[in-house]
Amino acid sequence: MNRLAASALAFLVAGPALAERGSDGQLRALYWQAAMVLNPYLSTSAKDVEPAGLAVEPLAIVEDDGTLTPRLALEIPSVENGGIADDYRSITWKLKPGLLWSDGTAVTADDVKFTADYCMTPGFGCAVLSEFENISSVEVIDPTTVRIHFDQPKYKPLQAFVGQRTPILQKAQFAACLGPAGASCTDQNFGPIGTGPYKVTNFRPGDVVQFEINPHYREAGKPAFSTVTIKGGGNAMAAARAVLETAEFDFAWNLQLAPDIIAPMVDQGKGSIVASFGSMVERIELNQTDPGYDLPADERSTIAHPHPFLTDPAVRKALSMAIDRPLLAELTYGPAGKATCSIVPVPPGFAPADPESCFAQDIAGANEVLDQAGWLPGANGTREKDGVALSLDFQTSVNSVRQDVQALIKQWWSEIGVETQLKTVEGSVFFGGDQENPDSLQKFHADAQMYTDAFYLPDPASFLNKFVCASIPSPDNQWQGKNPVRFCDPAFDEQIQVLHQTADPTERQDLARDLEATLTRDGHFMLPLIHRGMVSAHVDTLGGISPNGWEGQLWNIADWHRVQ
Amino acid sequence: MTDSDMPRRSDADRISDIPATMPIEPEMIGETRSQWRDVWRQFRSHRGAVIALILFVGILLFVSVGPYLWTIDPTYVDIRARNSGFVAAHPLGTDQLGRDILARLMAGGRVSIAVGLTAMTIAITLGSFVGLMSGYFRRLDAPLMRLTELFLALPLLPLLLLMVTLFREPLSKTFGPAMGIFILIVSAIGATSWMQSARIVRGDVLGLKEREFILAARSIGTSSRRMILRHVLPNVLSPIMVAATLGIATAIITESALSFLGLGFPPDFPTWGRLLFDAVDQMVLYPSRVILPGLFISLTVLCVNYIGDGLRDAMDPRIRGR
Amino acid sequence: MLNFAIRRLLLAIPTLLFISLVIFLLLEASPGDPLGNVPLTIPPEVKEKMREALGLGQAWYIRYALWLKQFFWVEPVYWWDQVFGTDFSQDAQRIISFQSRSPVFDVIAQRLPQTLTVVGMSYLVGILIAIPIGILSAYKQYSWFDQLGTFVSMIGFSMPTFFTGVVLIIIFGVKLQWFPSVYDTTLQVRDWDSLVAQIRQMVMPVTVLALYNAAQISRFMRASMLDNLGQDYVRTARAKGLGERKVVLKHVLRNSLIPVITVIALGLPTVFGGAIITEQVFKVNGLGQLLISAIHANDIPMVLTLTFIFAILIVAFTLIADILYGILDPRIRYD
Repeated sequence: MNRLAASALAFLVAGPALAERGSDGQLRALYWQAAMVLNPYLSTSAKDVEPAGLAVEPLAIVEDDGTLTPRLALEIPSVENGGIADDYRSITWKLKPGLLWSDGTAVTADDVKFTADYCMTPGFGCAVLSEFENISSVEVIDPTTVRIHFDQPKYKPLQAFVGQRTPILQKAQFAACLGPAGASCTDQNFGPIGTGPYKVTNFRPGDVVQFEINPHYREAGKPAFSTVTIKGGGNAMAAARAVLETAEFDFAWNLQLAPDIIAPMVDQGKGSIVASFGSMVERIELNQTDPGYDLPADERSTIAHPHPFLTDPAVRKALSMAIDRPLLAELTYGPAGKATCSIVPVPPGFAPADPESCFAQDIAGANEVLDQAGWLPGANGTREKDGVALSLDFQTSVNSVRQDVQALIKQWWSEIGVETQLKTVEGSVFFGGDQENPDSLQKFHADAQMYTDAFYLPDPASFLNKFVCASIPSPDNQWQGKNPVRFCDPAFDEQIQVLHQTADPTERQDLARDLEATLTRDGHFMLPLIHRGMVSAHVDTLGGISPNGWEGQLWNIADWHRVQ
Repeated sequence: MTDSDMPRRSDADRISDIPATMPIEPEMIGETRSQWRDVWRQFRSHRGAVIALILFVGILLFVSVGPYLWTIDPTYVDIRARNSGFVAAHPLGTDQLGRDILARLMAGGRVSIAVGLTAMTIAITLGSFVGLMSGYFRRLDAPLMRLTELFLALPLLPLLLLMVTLFREPLSKTFGPAMGIFILIVSAIGATSWMQSARIVRGDVLGLKEREFILAARSIGTSSRRMILRHVLPNVLSPIMVAATLGIATAIITESALSFLGLGFPPDFPTWGRLLFDAVDQMVLYPSRVILPGLFISLTVLCVNYIGDGLRDAMDPRIRGR
Repeated sequence: MLNFAIRRLLLAIPTLLFISLVIFLLLEASPGDPLGNVPLTIPPEVKEKMREALGLGQAWYIRYALWLKQFFWVEPVYWWDQVFGTDFSQDAQRIISFQSRSPVFDVIAQRLPQTLTVVGMSYLVGILIAIPIGILSAYKQYSWFDQLGTFVSMIGFSMPTFFTGVVLIIIFGVKLQWFPSVYDTTLQVRDWDSLVAQIRQMVMPVTVLALYNAAQISRFMRASMLDNLGQDYVRTARAKGLGERKVVLKHVLRNSLIPVITVIALGLPTVFGGAIITEQVFKVNGLGQLLISAIHANDIPMVLTLTFIFAILIVAFTLIADILYGILDPRIRYD
């Protein structure tokens, strides 16, 4: 019936922009990792932030190309329009006039100020606190104008309230949730009042979220779907099946599946897949310190013991040359990944000039590099020098795609005389920071490890800041450092300080590119492998989907509609 | 005669139980050989058991001798040959990375059967021991059963993760990487799956020890140890057999689950359970990849089941006479 | 027997307290991290603040004592308030999940219905088909029925549910489209149509689990029946002229039930524990899925509470099993 109505409508009206609000019935989406909480200040996982984004919105969002578009803001502040102070010590946001919350009350600058205080109040444990770094105070100028003051010049001021991870919350609803009290505000966290196209009607954590239209949504004629159900559970394969094969659901998120599995499903003609590429890059890190099993526990992988062979640039270079990145991407990630030579593949201004410099696999060349560096094949074919054999432990988290990548790379490295032992660690252990846990990626008790990292706003300065000497994990900082590769170069540290002090966009891009190249293409401390995308599937009767690598899949759900 | 008059086990039964459960008196030791010959003769007359035994030996040969005849490395990646069908170079095809499935089935079976049998043996031995002790000795009953309840209640995953963290490296160091992991896996499975057989054995022993033949044996001064081994254990063998058969299947599947905790063998090393799990997503495109490991697992379990049936029948003197 | 039951119930209290302590310490010692799933982009100092907000800054014995208080005092009082409209709890902090920051018992209450219907139903179906099959297989040992039963139950038990579940989905969900492949937990049975929808979505998960359970129970039933059928009292009973049906169903069955009771008593608490894999395959999102996701996220309050309730059920059902042994075989005495 709904579909009939929708097809009739699609026939009558020219385009989706003219469609009537709520005319397309129910939208059923499948997020196989289900939302646990609908407050992005408590959880920044995509599974939580993306459904929450239907209800709560930030001042501005990031477009797929890395530019910013206003949501609740009237315009994007800049130095030119006076929004950003000349000394970069404050930024002024203006709200759109006449904004209403879904309960009908007005959105004011007070709500913006409150949201900043909400996150910054001690004892709350705000998950996005680092986005509010350097904010000294938030000042309400008038009901639609708010000024954010920084305690020092901030050359990347568009940070807080940009992107769905830092939306504006309603002061009236959250007033009682400041500080430690925030944890028990279940009703608020499960049904935040927002300005988005939908409002939450039913939320079962870890299972299902149901939405209905926000009657006070600011754009006329939108959204087209009257209700939205986001169901969780199962796995990527089951989600793909429910959309592409049985069409029980309209949309499914995060389908990291082997290409030869997903292709025949798309060929059945019921749906299609869309990939959106943010900044996620799967990389191999080469440990610069010795993980030696014979060392005492608190000296393993510390700078006191440099790595016996990965400190040799020739070895690192050869390891990189042996990898056939395009083939790796094609075989294991398919539509969900592209080969890359950089850990900062986007936005375009920051990406390397020659993005394909490392694409050609060169086994012979790699062998030659090792020969010249004096690493010669030993008795069993493994290269060695001065009694040190090129034999490494390669760890990653448990994930069938990663295990396939491990197997392929082990094969390639064996062809240049490098012996590899593979090891897998359960995800919550590998990514966990428990101090007693020897298998975490920070402790890095292996020679090489592989995982994905990313950054959320289209400027990689704070991301690159991870690789300074001071961030090396060690017993002194409870192994909490952000630089697991243990890369340390005073010149790099100096340059990154220059980057933080630079305002000019082009200069920033050049600096960041050079810094990034030191880590990857020039130094081979990290071997970027795959620029990963989020693959989602949708039935062919669902229109309006536009990929956005920065804001997730549901960012423009107000524009989604039925097509025939 | 009303039903309540009917003794649950008749006197005749109790009397006949005595020879049944005290088969080997000291003076009979000389006849042991011929008794085993009897068992074997009876076993041979059980058609299902004989077929199962032949099949099981076949599977054992396949996984033990097979790799010497079919020498492709099961972890060798040959991208050009990936997703190959049944061809001469790869009689059972290759997987998505071009690894030979025949070689992987052989290597995988070696691990799966070894893990299945060893872990099952540990679990059954432990379970039967706890069950016998707590059923037979009243004083041990409460502490042992509370221990059983504790183990039943423990969440498995955190326990296994803790075991990996604590023991992976020490065991690898002491026994070498492969043997260390093997010991870790079988003891993890064994230590977490003995409780059911303990409860079952205890339940049976509780009833058994009140029967007259036990009281009779006790009255002539039979020691507890002899009593348990000669009189009690043989009478609870059949539920133990069932638990053992089911235990092998559970252990093979559990091994594959353990690899998802990073507890198993290195990720490129195959086992039947893991081959089956990895192929589930490809089931529609390449059905043989699930059918083959699934077939081997089921076949192994079926064989063990029939061999167990045959053995139990053969060792039961009441049936052997027939 | 009454004395025995009372003594066991009293003994259960320290046992359960000890079990809860062991579970808590196990979760503490286990290498996972409640913040392990937090994106890597979050800097360590922010993570540290989040950790403190979860209460993880305190020593373990303080957190354990707090949990005990919340479980045995705050939650019952809160429940009392809900039922009788009183306000004794005074907004005391309930047990809060790390993942969702909501009261653990609210989430459990949301998950319980689907777990009880799907897993409970499958256990019931499993028992109902396993016992007759076990009896008949034993009675007609090595008949074609017995052989078929053995074959099917062994295959059923050795095929993991992650495999059988997907096979069913492909055949009946995708190819034939008879049943939905995704379980709708928001469906409320109000009328005939919604009842049909509920039954349709239950068919596949119940079948998969029932097959697995029936395979196990029928094997124990058969083995135990075989043991007893060979006993001389059966011959005696027949010689006395008792009807065959009476001999088998009354005397042999009764004597054979002890191991089966044990297996079922061990299985029933797992109904509450849910079926982790089956729930995941069919997206039932019951307690099993809740437990596994809580374990992966190291949501200690959630895991501790769920496993502790599970422990209570285990202790209760083993007690029930022990009492049933005594009823089935009056010679079994515990005093």
